Amino acid sequence: MLEVRDLGKRFGGIKAVDGASLDVAKGEIVALIGPNGAGKTTLFAAITGFVPPDTGHVRLMGEPITGLPPDRVCARGMVRTFQIVQPFGALTVRENIAVGAHLHRPRRRDALARAEQVAAQVGLDRRLDQPAATLTVAGRKRLELARALATDPKLLLLDEVMAGLNPTEITEIVPVIRAIRDSGVTVMLIEHVMQAVMSLSDRAYVLNNGRIIASGSTAQVASDPQVIEAYLGHGAAARLNSQLQDGHAS
Amino acid sequence: MLNFGLLLPAVLNGVTMGAVYALIALGLTLIYGVLHIINFAHGSLLMLALYAAFFLYALGGIDPYVAIFVLMPSFFVLGYGLQRFVIQPTSHGRDENILLVTLGLAIIIDNLALWLWTSTTRTIDTKYSFEVVDLGVALIPLPKAIAFFGALVLAAVLWWLIAWTDLGKAIRAVAREREGARLVGIRVEHIYAMTFGLGTAVVAAAACLLLPAFYVTPQVGYAFVLVAFTTVVLGGMGSFTGALVAGLLLGVVEALCGLYLGESLGQIGIFVIFILVLLFRPTGLFGARA
Amino acid sequence: MTARLAGTILLAALLCVPFVVHSEFWLSFWLLVLMFTFLGQSWNVLGGYGGQFSFGHALFFGIGAYGTAVLQVRLGVNAYAAAAIAIALGALIAAVIGLLVFRYRLRGAYFALVTLAFAEVARVLVASFQFTGSGFGMLVPLSRGIENFQFADRRAFYLIAWGLVVLGSLIALWLENSRFGAQLMAVRENEDAAQALGIDLVRTKVLALALSGGMAATVGVFYVQNYLFVDSHIAFGPAMSIEALLVCIVGGLGTVFGPLFGAVVLHALGEAAKQATGNAPGLNLVLYGVVLIVALRFLPHGVAGLFARRPRRKPEAANA
Repeated sequence: MLEVRDLGKRFGGIKAVDGASLDVAKGEIVALIGPNGAGKTTLFAAITGFVPPDTGHVRLMGEPITGLPPDRVCARGMVRTFQIVQPFGALTVRENIAVGAHLHRPRRRDALARAEQVAAQVGLDRRLDQPAATLTVAGRKRLELARALATDPKLLLLDEVMAGLNPTEITEIVPVIRAIRDSGVTVMLIEHVMQAVMSLSDRAYVLNNGRIIASGSTAQVASDPQVIEAYLGHGAAARLNSQLQDGHAS
Repeated sequence: MLNFGLLLPAVLNGVTMGAVYALIALGLTLIYGVLHIINFAHGSLLMLALYAAFFLYALGGIDPYVAIFVLMPSFFVLGYGLQRFVIQPTSHGRDENILLVTLGLAIIIDNLALWLWTSTTRTIDTKYSFEVVDLGVALIPLPKAIAFFGALVLAAVLWWLIAWTDLGKAIRAVAREREGARLVGIRVEHIYAMTFGLGTAVVAAAACLLLPAFYVTPQVGYAFVLVAFTTVVLGGMGSFTGALVAGLLLGVVEALCGLYLGESLGQIGIFVIFILVLLFRPTGLFGARA
Repeated sequence: MTARLAGTILLAALLCVPFVVHSEFWLSFWLLVLMFTFLGQSWNVLGGYGGQFSFGHALFFGIGAYGTAVLQVRLGVNAYAAAAIAIALGALIAAVIGLLVFRYRLRGAYFALVTLAFAEVARVLVASFQFTGSGFGMLVPLSRGIENFQFADRRAFYLIAWGLVVLGSLIALWLENSRFGAQLMAVRENEDAAQALGIDLVRTKVLALALSGGMAATVGVFYVQNYLFVDSHIAFGPAMSIEALLVCIVGGLGTVFGPLFGAVVLHALGEAAKQATGNAPGLNLVLYGVVLIVALRFLPHGVAGLFARRPRRKPEAANA
């Protein structure tokens, strides 16, 4: 589905992304994790065309898309959400989602109907006529998700969709994402919330200082000492290990 | 075509006008650099200052070059008040609104002037109005020469103020990082108003320098707004050097256009440059790269 | 009472004016209100729904006005053909400007300034050439007759203006219920998010500008047919640009009847001011400036915002 090779992006003297390569196969849920400032969002931005990469290339379903603008990338089936939520504040929830639905639905009625469908999927069906600006953070995150979903993507890139959610909200949204994958959408997510990463994703890539330092199944990656050190510094391996045991049990 | 006898005086005259453009632009770029607002009322305030200088001379016999010392402080206060009590509360902080508020102010000032003082062109004739400076290759009217040097002196004073005084440091801090400045105790709203006041005071000075060589009508404000913006955009928003260089450049362009295309089309060169710059190099000559 | 209902009632009432009102003064007054409503609606398409604030909308008005005048007077083109060409020209030039300007995603203020600059260039140019009447402007010869797009009965022009306002309202309604409109409003709200959802920013903005320009040019054509005269100051000067944006700000940005409410309020106030202070030049514009600032301060959603929100489904609590 997605193939990224040797992607590089520098801003001034800083290499935000340094020769990153990854693959996402159809139907997977792949996590992209790493400490803050590792370059994850920049990688997403480079993949989806918001920021043109300096080196490397990206292929979506076999077709090269490097350097295409974001709207063209979306039209081809890859959509991203934003870490800092960007609702269309003056529009209602329904109207917000309809904007996404319009990508493949020229008629207003169809787009609005699809918006209602998607809203139900993410749990916003009782908020359809609310102005988006009045939603809480959790609501806005769901809205981001819904909008992206309404474009009928093949590949969904979620950027910290759980940041700012309380544990209940997280428990509610995990099955939503799983259901999205089950409906045929491939998902790649940037996430810090480890419980979600563990329970949702099949595989994970770890990014640190712009480079992929580990990849593999989530269990493998989570116990990789290099990864643990990247996040928590020297000697943290043991601590995290015991936390993971608890995560699997609950 | 390249008749030096005509070209050189035109260029030199253009340069003197350009220095005044630069001064006006300095006020505008200061306001933009710190408050990040495009002050549409800038030209109108210039026009107001021109009238103020005119009436001080016509009714009080006060020479414009002396009036500078009266008008700069009063217009500083005016600018401070406008920013603190009209622009800030009305715009609710939103960019588009600020644009509209300053537009509203411009409309009010321009048309109050029209109503109060009518369209009659006003000029002043001081005893030195007709003196000329003989540079050998060209004759420059004395008021223009004074305007040139006066503008440069004021630019230097403004630069000194921003670079060396505490107020200047506070202004630069707010321009660079507003919330950080607030955290170290700088009263941001006050600094905003001070900056606006400074920009307005500079414009008042420019008016005093301009009046002896120019004229005033209520439409003058509108005419100067675009020139001021062109100067600022060409030089690079927020750049002092840029405003100076661009001002001089545009003064020359206008003079040359006036020479070759006729007086009425003189300003068109400026507008065309404006459009070209916005389309092809919006950051200007010295502005930060986008 | 919702804004839409109030607007519809007002529009219906205005249809009756030429048949009920016999005063030349009031007929002229309401005709101007209608004309400025449609001009405002043209600005509204770009500024209210699209979020791009133009400070030089007179450019397109003037293209329509001078276009049709020059074509008829200098080139002997039939009035209706001239009108169609002038309107198309307005839309075309708007599209070209849009392509040039929106390429770089210039900040809003830059767009405002560029439109202003273009209007000024146009003003200086038409006043400098014989072909466009230089400083005197253009006079379209009087030749009453429907074939010349001139009518002996002023009321015909009134009805045309009314028809234009209905058209403008339908266009706004279309924007609120179409894919293009949804995309345009998305661009207004958040460009990055809009792009992420597949919207081509430049294309959307250019199309909106073209529509807006064509509409404004239509007002220009109407002006010339009605008054048979235009000069550089009327066509490209700040007065038209200010009217266009002011009626929207006062009436309510991005609403169907905002421009109508704004035009009514603005011109009612203007007329009242004129009566109170005598016909002093400049004073009515001072009032406009004051109204602008007052509206910005106290009426963030314009007059339209004072009405009840459209009936939606059961109101929910504000927390999701």
